[in-house]
Amino acid sequence: MLYALKIAARYLTANMAQTALLVVGVAVGVFIFIFMSALIGGLAQFILSRTVGDIAHVTIEAEPEDPAILIAPEGHVLVVTQRGRTRTASLAEAATWLPLIENVPGVKAVSPQITGAGFLTRGAQVAQVSVTGVEPGREAAILDLPGYMVEGRARMSSGLIVLGRELAEDLDLSLNQPLRLQSSEGVTAMLTLSGIFETGNGAIDGARAFVSLSTTRTLFAMPQGASRIEIKLFDLNAAGATAARIRSLTGLDAVPWTDGAEQLMEALDAQAQTGYFLKTFALITIVIGVASALLLSTYRRRPEIGIMRAMGAGRSFVVFVFVAQGALVGLMGGVMGAALGYLALLPFPPREAFEPGTLPMDITQGSYGLAITLTVIGAILASILPARSAARVDPVTAIGQ
Amino acid sequence: MSTLLDVRDLVKTFGVGEAETRVLRGLSLHLERGEMAALLGPSGSGKSTLLTILGTLMKPTSGQYRMLERDLIAADDRALTEFRNAHIGFVFQFHNLLPDFTALENVIFPTAVREGRETPQARARGRTLLARMGLADRIDFPSSKLSGGQKQRVAVARALMNSPELVLADEPTGNLDRVSAMQVMDLITQINRQEGTTFLISTHDEKIADLCQRQIVVGDGVVTG
Repeated sequence: MLYALKIAARYLTANMAQTALLVVGVAVGVFIFIFMSALIGGLAQFILSRTVGDIAHVTIEAEPEDPAILIAPEGHVLVVTQRGRTRTASLAEAATWLPLIENVPGVKAVSPQITGAGFLTRGAQVAQVSVTGVEPGREAAILDLPGYMVEGRARMSSGLIVLGRELAEDLDLSLNQPLRLQSSEGVTAMLTLSGIFETGNGAIDGARAFVSLSTTRTLFAMPQGASRIEIKLFDLNAAGATAARIRSLTGLDAVPWTDGAEQLMEALDAQAQTGYFLKTFALITIVIGVASALLLSTYRRRPEIGIMRAMGAGRSFVVFVFVAQGALVGLMGGVMGAALGYLALLPFPPREAFEPGTLPMDITQGSYGLAITLTVIGAILASILPARSAARVDPVTAIGQ
Repeated sequence: MSTLLDVRDLVKTFGVGEAETRVLRGLSLHLERGEMAALLGPSGSGKSTLLTILGTLMKPTSGQYRMLERDLIAADDRALTEFRNAHIGFVFQFHNLLPDFTALENVIFPTAVREGRETPQARARGRTLLARMGLADRIDFPSSKLSGGQKQRVAVARALMNSPELVLADEPTGNLDRVSAMQVMDLITQINRQEGTTFLISTHDEKIADLCQRQIVVGDGVVTG
């Protein structure tokens, strides 16, 4: 078959202009394939980073205590303790689990937190807030608080509080001003505003207050443990598997971010499907282009095919000559298109630096190998029809042409 | 001499119904090894059809064809292709070289296609054959740049590449001037005498036919003389 490959290469080089046009046509198809892969992949990455980039990828929360039914000696119910919505449940042994969770493969950061509801008061102004207590030094573990600071610092020392810009403006607060925080447990603390952040997310900027973990222990009467453990992963797509692993290791109720994000996942899936369609059309264009060019070549070379058959070339040899031409065109066009695609994507910023208003092209999601492989396979499939047509050429008729 | 091929009662029809044309009408022919025979006859007498069938490029409608003691009527396409490659050489009127290949590449094609690659031995034999045809200085020339006579000599060399027992030549000099025609015929005669290769040459040219030891005349689909 080495000889058939040589003949295929000779046929392709015999008419350089036609072959070059064909290869460029295939390359354009591959370029579109790669461009679409990078765009759809980058877009998904951008949406995910904007929507779930600042949330925990896996969350462990204490299960609220079941209602307590107190039975009197005579068998009558005396008291039913209703499950409280504001009462903070506790992971009493959170500190025990942390080293174990931190060592789970794929885990980037772990942040034990105490969360609860409260009221911020400054003068006559009152605002309801969601209070999050984080360990000093872990401020950037989940939400990159230091990165979003617009004033002051994200310091979580005792007696300090960090608020969003929207909330600070609502309360007419500026740095280093004192304010009062009353928790849902009825405990009040006087705190000093040490920093103001702005994430661009109204739900965070207008209703979240960050304090130190020790402050929330006092506010929510939780001398030990945590109310939740938030976990950040290197690959947010691995959340389901990692949550399952943590569940099996600790027995805790680890929940991946994808639970409850069905709509987002459906939207991303629909976007991916659109990408598949566009890429499929690009491949179909390649297949049609290669098939038509080779069919034309088959027709033009009928006399030569007849000579080859007369000289003892079998039908399979003729088939291989034309399939090899298709494969070579696919390979050359695939490599050229992949190279062009890579070069065209180089000027775009990397995925870590996507900016709103620009095309989020992710050069790492160009699917270069896949594009080349599918193109070669497509070109081979496209050449089968012309190859079979060539193999069926009647040598007597062809030589007489 | 021993029998090379034996053809009996060959019938070949083309078309069906009212359009049916019977080209060969029970033709029988016997060729001995080492013969050099001319196939004569008017246009439409069935010469080319007979050569095509003898070359295993076409099957007859009925009849028997044995060559080298093999029944070629019963053989399938693959077997016929292999047989053709090993035992039969062709020289066509219009040389029919592969235009994108050099003279040497054209000559060694029958061996390369059998071996699956161009072996050094095949290249050496190809060079020898081209030198014998007086084309030692045209070995690496693109075949499309050769003159008509040179192309036909390359075609003869190609036909001899696999040392076939039979070479079928269909008007090999029909497209050449007298000098080139004689050069080609001299080569054919020389090879026939020196190597014992059997030649069956279809021609209208009496002078070419006179160079052959035997003249077979075909008329109206049968051998008439």
